[in-house]
Amino acid sequence: MTVFDILTLACAALGMVFFAAGTVGLLRFPDVHSRLHALTKADNLGLGLIALGLIFQAEGIATALKLLLVWLLAIFAAATASQLIARAALTGLDDDTPADPRP
Amino acid sequence: MTGITLFGLTGALVIGLGVFGLVARHHLVHRVLAFNLIGSGIFLLFGALASRSPNGTDPVPQALVITGIVVALAATALAVTLITRFAEASGRTHLPDDSEDGDGAV
Amino acid sequence: MTALAFDTLLAIAIAATAAGAVVARGLYASIALFIIYGLMLAVAWVRLEAIDVALAEAAIGAGLTGILLVGAAARCRAVERRTGAIGDGSGERRTLLRTIQGAMAGVLAAAVGAAVLLLPDSAPGLTATVAGTIERSGVSNPVTAVLLNFRGYDTLLESMVLVVALVGVWSLGAEQFWGGRPGLKQHARTDGVLAYFGRMLPLVGLLVGIHLLWAGAHAPGGAFQAGTVLAAVWLLVAMAGLRDAPPIASMRLRLLIVVGPAWFLAVGAIGALAGSFLGLPEAFASELILAIEVLLTLSIAVTLVLLVLGVPRRTT
Repeated sequence: MTVFDILTLACAALGMVFFAAGTVGLLRFPDVHSRLHALTKADNLGLGLIALGLIFQAEGIATALKLLLVWLLAIFAAATASQLIARAALTGLDDDTPADPRP
Repeated sequence: MTGITLFGLTGALVIGLGVFGLVARHHLVHRVLAFNLIGSGIFLLFGALASRSPNGTDPVPQALVITGIVVALAATALAVTLITRFAEASGRTHLPDDSEDGDGAV
Repeated sequence: MTALAFDTLLAIAIAATAAGAVVARGLYASIALFIIYGLMLAVAWVRLEAIDVALAEAAIGAGLTGILLVGAAARCRAVERRTGAIGDGSGERRTLLRTIQGAMAGVLAAAVGAAVLLLPDSAPGLTATVAGTIERSGVSNPVTAVLLNFRGYDTLLESMVLVVALVGVWSLGAEQFWGGRPGLKQHARTDGVLAYFGRMLPLVGLLVGIHLLWAGAHAPGGAFQAGTVLAAVWLLVAMAGLRDAPPIASMRLRLLIVVGPAWFLAVGAIGALAGSFLGLPEAFASELILAIEVLLTLSIAVTLVLLVLGVPRRTT
């Protein structure tokens, strides 16, 4: 096992911790906005750490840059999506209950 | 058991789930979704069975599945348009239940 | 051992998200689970060493199908709110019926699963045949060689299926809007995050699309994956309200829709004069495939966008 493998394992493990924390936050937090807070903070850091870990395994600079691009795109998309979801939640557009929820 | 058998069995399970959704859910969008589950389950089954080739990955089934995914999207787009136009014209988003039609005479 | 453990977890995730999509009460919850299911399925395709399929499943099976379903759900909810029609309340009553339906579906799944287990472990396949003739196909990615050369029929007809589906979608529109713009007018704030994202992403998206198209000759990628990425870029721009959807009467738009299949057909017809329909001459195969792929990518991208946008709904 080389030093790069150890770095990869460390980064991926740390990333997993953030993913787990984000998931717990998504499940346990009471409302849309705090759930979004848990997701965007923790998942982006988690994905960033896993991408960083994979960069240590990359065969060339092109692969490393592609991994970086994946992370950046995910961050931008997540930031935009959570803004939209947060705004929709403020205006009460997140209605997913059937019109007649038969108990 | 190998990964290939495992994904083949998963495909079979997804097909079953899709068929259940297609007959048990009444909302038309749910039905289209279930139909897509059946399709992708069949693709997974096909892909897993094709991976049994001893000479490495077989490109012909892959090409067929890609074709299938695109055609499934075209069919879904048509189905979704039919549903929304039907809903807008009739005010209904699900088909009537068999038991609501009468005393169930089939 | 590790691989099998990963595959097992992945298979459980696929089955669980599929089951969740079927039984979830809310429409949007079902669709969200279906999109996650599609992404998990894409990982399974990677595990089966079918990267081309994984790209197509993630982009088309999960992404575009997801957008279509979300759009349909939103329109259905609007109709239900207007008419006060009942939502999907099925599932609680008629337990006996549900049990029978579940049992029948279970029998079907078990029968298909038994077939998987009973088949011999090894199948001959066509890998060797493709590998033996790929040098004459003009490309080095075997999947692209099959799609555009060895089984060009499939791809030609598939690109036409897309056009026919689009004609079908358009013909469901109301008569007074024929030739108009599809979808509703989008009102996004020009200084909002969506507009910003819609201005930033096309740069990267166009680059990724062109890269996928170019890479398709020797690595996973190709016309369908590239076309989907370009379609996603256009859809984002349309949803962000930066550029309005084009009116479907536009001649330029219609030309873009048919140019790919038409050129593919023309090349095939020239091949027919030379001996076999869709038979690409070995000397020009790689140039012809590139030309077909570029035009097909344009047509696929435009057609996918219009399939998602749906029927024309306004004349201005």
